[in-house]
Amino acid sequence: MTNKNKPFSLHLNPNLFEDATDADKEYISKMRPSSTFFKDGVKRLLKNKVATVSLIVVVLITLSSILLPLFWPYAYQQFLGNTPGKPMDRSYNNLAPFEYGATELERIENGEYIFPHIFGTDGQGRDYFIRVVYGTRISLAVGFFASIIVLMIGMSIGSIAGYFGGKVDLAIMRVVDIIYSLPDMLVIILLSVVLNKSLNVEGTFLEKIGSNVISMFIVFALLYWVSMARMIRGQILSLREQEYVLSAQATGAKGKWIIRKHLIPNCISVVIISTALQIPNAIFTESFLSFLGLGVNAPMPSLGSLASDALNGINTYPHRLIIPALVICLIVLSLNLFGDGLRDAFDPKLNA
Amino acid sequence: MSSKMMFYILKRVLLALLTIWIVITVTFFVMHSIPGGPFVGEKAISKEATAALEAKFGLDKPLFEQYTTYLSDIVTKFDFGPSLKQRGRMVIDIIVDGMQTSAKLGLIAACAAALTGITLGAIAALRRNTILDKVIMVITTAFVSMPSFIMGTFLLLIFSVALGWLPANGTTSQGLILPVITLMLYPMAYITRLTRSSMLDVLGQDYIRTARAKGVPAPKVIFGHALKNSLIPVLTYFGPMLAFIVTGSMVVEQIFAVPGIGRQFISAIINRDYTMIMGTTIVLASLIVVMNLVTDLLYKAVDPRIEFD
Repeated sequence: MTNKNKPFSLHLNPNLFEDATDADKEYISKMRPSSTFFKDGVKRLLKNKVATVSLIVVVLITLSSILLPLFWPYAYQQFLGNTPGKPMDRSYNNLAPFEYGATELERIENGEYIFPHIFGTDGQGRDYFIRVVYGTRISLAVGFFASIIVLMIGMSIGSIAGYFGGKVDLAIMRVVDIIYSLPDMLVIILLSVVLNKSLNVEGTFLEKIGSNVISMFIVFALLYWVSMARMIRGQILSLREQEYVLSAQATGAKGKWIIRKHLIPNCISVVIISTALQIPNAIFTESFLSFLGLGVNAPMPSLGSLASDALNGINTYPHRLIIPALVICLIVLSLNLFGDGLRDAFDPKLNA
Repeated sequence: MSSKMMFYILKRVLLALLTIWIVITVTFFVMHSIPGGPFVGEKAISKEATAALEAKFGLDKPLFEQYTTYLSDIVTKFDFGPSLKQRGRMVIDIIVDGMQTSAKLGLIAACAAALTGITLGAIAALRRNTILDKVIMVITTAFVSMPSFIMGTFLLLIFSVALGWLPANGTTSQGLILPVITLMLYPMAYITRLTRSSMLDVLGQDYIRTARAKGVPAPKVIFGHALKNSLIPVLTYFGPMLAFIVTGSMVVEQIFAVPGIGRQFISAIINRDYTMIMGTTIVLASLIVVMNLVTDLLYKAVDPRIEFD
């Protein structure tokens, strides 16, 4: 039934169309709810058993380091042999795991329940378990906050360099080059030596944290932002040139859409991954500095300072070294594995 | 191309010199900003004695004059001044003394790490997804996650305290075995992972398939084509590896009592020997900067695909 008056017309005859059958309708209906990039990533992450287990381990360690001190009967700085008005009770020093001090034994004789010293006590009669828990908390906090500081500085400077380009970019990248070529560990040691001596935090709210931890944060902030800034700048520069950005532009997408739907999701995954991988790095550095005696201030423990304190009595009390060492290894290992899993799950380029 | 390359080399050398200058300057001013000066806290020295000591070490002059003297002494005479705590010794002599032991330790560790790392990485890549690969990857992940001072003390605990096979003291050449192992395990694990991933990358390339398809024997494909090309990313690790070994040796020398530069540095920090801290920092930092420069230039020389920018 073509139009006889206009034989070359390209208009289709509407009568030739058939109604869609149910089977056809079924074909275009959604098979499953649409998924976002993050939902996909989380799904992939949960499928990765190693990464999931590592995440659980990290969460468990973090939660117990926060919650356990709340109801533990001993405090990390408490000398158990010290009772007001009496001489120091030496029987509390260097207890082996699950041993009790002299007065505690008497009280047990009298039928009292005494909470056990699971890991024994240290050379000054402090409960070692709570010191390890507290040290874990300090180490995790140092790692976490140092990474956040690095992330904030690196992200703002990196995106400024990548976004403005030109002379700003050139100037920033020269500074980055120079800081990058400085040997970080030596500068960290040097700055910690100096800041420990010259930071004066007495009387301020920072006093409780201690000058060493603050100097550690300053050092991290000064040195480690460069690799983050470099990476984010590179990301922004390369993402701007990607084909999918071009195709989005060609199909008429506005700048806001491109930034929200293309640039941020692609950038943010890399940012999260490298922040996650920065935490074990910071914990490493903290334990290294503690080993050199530049770590957290006494009596506050960190895993590194506990391990390095234990070196002196290594022949007699090896468990005091092994416990914090194992905790460090466990934290760093699970954070590394979790970071690897994050990268596998959230880096879209690896899925090809 | 050649002039571009010359320009690149010149630029990198200038950047390295600038970095070394910045290290010297920062070290100098940062160390001099410590309140109290180096002689405070020593057993009650009289005012006159302090003044005499400061005059002897030139600390009574204006800060900028001290800086220019310090800088020109380093550049012209390689002189870092006298040690403040080790009476009668020059900083540079202590550094050279310590370097001899530390360089031996570091070089052996670096070579051993590179050889075993590349071998293990290549094996893991060629036997991908087998038990062997998985075992290698698990072990190297564990090594990467262990701070060197913990590794060192565990080795000490096992091999010299419990088993008694090796001496705990690193002064003899047999005593260097444990320090070398401690120092090499982290770089070895890192190189293994690096070699494995880059080898897997190379094995998937077209030219490997072409070589196999035209009947090149397997050993030649592996060693001539795959391994050679997958070592390029590994080469970039040599600068960072040296930096790791320099800082790692501080810990290792401390644990095993090796009389090297790292141990001197630590005791300088503890004793507040300011000239010694400055001198050691500058020498070690310059060493790392130069090694990074060499690594970068080598990298560009080996891989012609890399552009000079």
